[in-house]
Amino acid sequence: MAAWKIQGRVKHQEELDLDFGKTIASKSGGENLYGCIQCGTCSSTCPLSIYMDYTPRKIIAMTRAGFHDEVLRSNTIWLCASCYACTVDCPRQIRITDVMYALKREAIEHGVYPRRFPIPVLAKEFFKSVMKTGRSNEGLIVTWMILKTAPLKLFKQMGLGLKLLLHGRLSVLEEHMDGGAEQLRKILDHVETAKKGATP
Amino acid sequence: MKYLYYPGCSLKGTGKAYDESMVAVFQKLGMDVEELQGWNCCGATSYMSIDETKAFALIARNLALAEQQNGGEPVHLISPCAACYLGLCKAQKYIAESEELKTIIVDSLGSVGLKYTGNVKVRHPLDIFVNDLGLDKIAKCVSHPLKGLKVASYYGCLIVRPYATFDDQYNPMTMDKLMVALGAEAVDWPLKTRCCGGTLTGTVEEAGLRLSYMLLKEAAKRGANLVATACPLCQFNLECYQSKMNHDYGDHVHLPVAFFSQVMGKAFGLDRRQIGLQRLMVPVETSPAMA
Repeated sequence: MAAWKIQGRVKHQEELDLDFGKTIASKSGGENLYGCIQCGTCSSTCPLSIYMDYTPRKIIAMTRAGFHDEVLRSNTIWLCASCYACTVDCPRQIRITDVMYALKREAIEHGVYPRRFPIPVLAKEFFKSVMKTGRSNEGLIVTWMILKTAPLKLFKQMGLGLKLLLHGRLSVLEEHMDGGAEQLRKILDHVETAKKGATP
Repeated sequence: MKYLYYPGCSLKGTGKAYDESMVAVFQKLGMDVEELQGWNCCGATSYMSIDETKAFALIARNLALAEQQNGGEPVHLISPCAACYLGLCKAQKYIAESEELKTIIVDSLGSVGLKYTGNVKVRHPLDIFVNDLGLDKIAKCVSHPLKGLKVASYYGCLIVRPYATFDDQYNPMTMDKLMVALGAEAVDWPLKTRCCGGTLTGTVEEAGLRLSYMLLKEAAKRGANLVATACPLCQFNLECYQSKMNHDYGDHVHLPVAFFSQVMGKAFGLDRRQIGLQRLMVPVETSPAMA
C-alpha cells in the first residue's frame, strides 16, 4: 500500500510571504485593501464568483495574510471580467476590479498563471497587436490566442468565423492608422523610460 | 459645442453595424460630428492586465488628439463602445487624481508634440441623444413608430459603472425612455446592467456563455421581442453565440439583438443597409416593426 500523503490544511507563518499584502496595497487601486471588513458583498455581487476557486472576499483576505502563490495561481483573478459591480458595491470603497488587475499583472510578471490558460494569452496578444498597429483586430487576436492555447479548437471556431465573414463583420486585414502607430510606440517607449526613472 | 466621434476598433470590425447606424443617426438628427483623426485602440479590458501606465497613455493619446483637432477648445468626444467609454473616463479620473501619473502622461504625449490638459468631455451617445438633444427632438424624427416592439434595454456594465454620471448605476432608464420615444414598449428587465461575460465567452466558454444565456432567457421570459444593446461585445455575445447556447443548454431562444442606434435608425425610416441590419445573425425582421 502506498504511503499516505498528508497535507496540512493551514499554513505556517514561515510558508507565507508576509509582505505580499503590503506590495499589493501599494499598487494602484490597492489603497484601501486594509480597510476590507470581510463582509462578502463583493463575492455576492460578482456574477462569476460561483466559478472561482476563491471568492473575491477570500482573495483579499489571503492577499493580506500573505498567500502569495495561492492568490497568483488562482483562477479568480482571471475570471474577473472587469464588470466593476464589486467596486461600486464595496462599502469600504476598495477598487476591487483594480486589485484584480494588479494581481493579474503580478501573476504575468511572475509567470505563474496556469499553462495554456487562454485569458493571459489573450491579454498578451492584444498588447502585441496594439503595439504593432495601434489598433486591435479581434479576428487575428482570437486566432493567435486559440493557436497558442488549444489549436484544435480552431476547427470548432471556424463555423462562427465563416458566419462573421459572410455577414461582413470580420476584417482579415490588419488595421492601419497611417503614421499614428509609430507615434504611439514613441509615446509608450517614453512611458517605459519614465517608469524606470520613477522606480529605479 | 462641437462633437468629435471616437468609434474604436470593434466598431470597425465585429461591431460595424454600430458604427454605420450611429453615423446615419447623427446625420438624420442634423448633428455636426467629425470622426477623431488618427485615433488608436483604447486598450479595452486586456491592456490593463499587462501595464496600467501604458494603458492610460494609450487612451490619453486619443484625448490629446481630440484637443488637437479642436484647436485646444473644449470639446465633446462621443464614445459609443462601452469599453472605450469606460477607458476614457477612467483614464481622465486617474490622471487627474495622481500628480505622478499626470507627469508621465503629459511628458510622454509631449514628446511627440501632443498636449493633454484634460478639457475633453467624454460622452456616451445615449447621454447626448436624451440629455442634449432631448426626447422631443428624437420623437419628431420618428417616421415609422415601432409599434408592437417590446425592447429589453441592455446597458451592460461599463457605460453605467463605475465612472459614468449620466444615469443610475443600478436602474438606468436612458435607453428605456429612448425606446419609448421611438414608439416601442420598454420591458421591465432587472438584468439590464448585469455582466454578459465579456471576453470569457471566448476564453472560459462555460462561464461566459452561461452569463449571456441567463440574460437572454430572462428577457424572453419577460416578453421582449428584441434586446437593444450599447456595447459591441455584449451584442456579439448575446447574438453570435445564441445558436451555441441553444445547443448547449437544450433551449430554443430566438431573440434578435440589435444596437440601440439601429433601432433608432429603423424608427427614423432609414434604409436597412444604411444601419447595418443585414449584418445581424439572428434576423431582426421577425420582430414587430423591424421588417
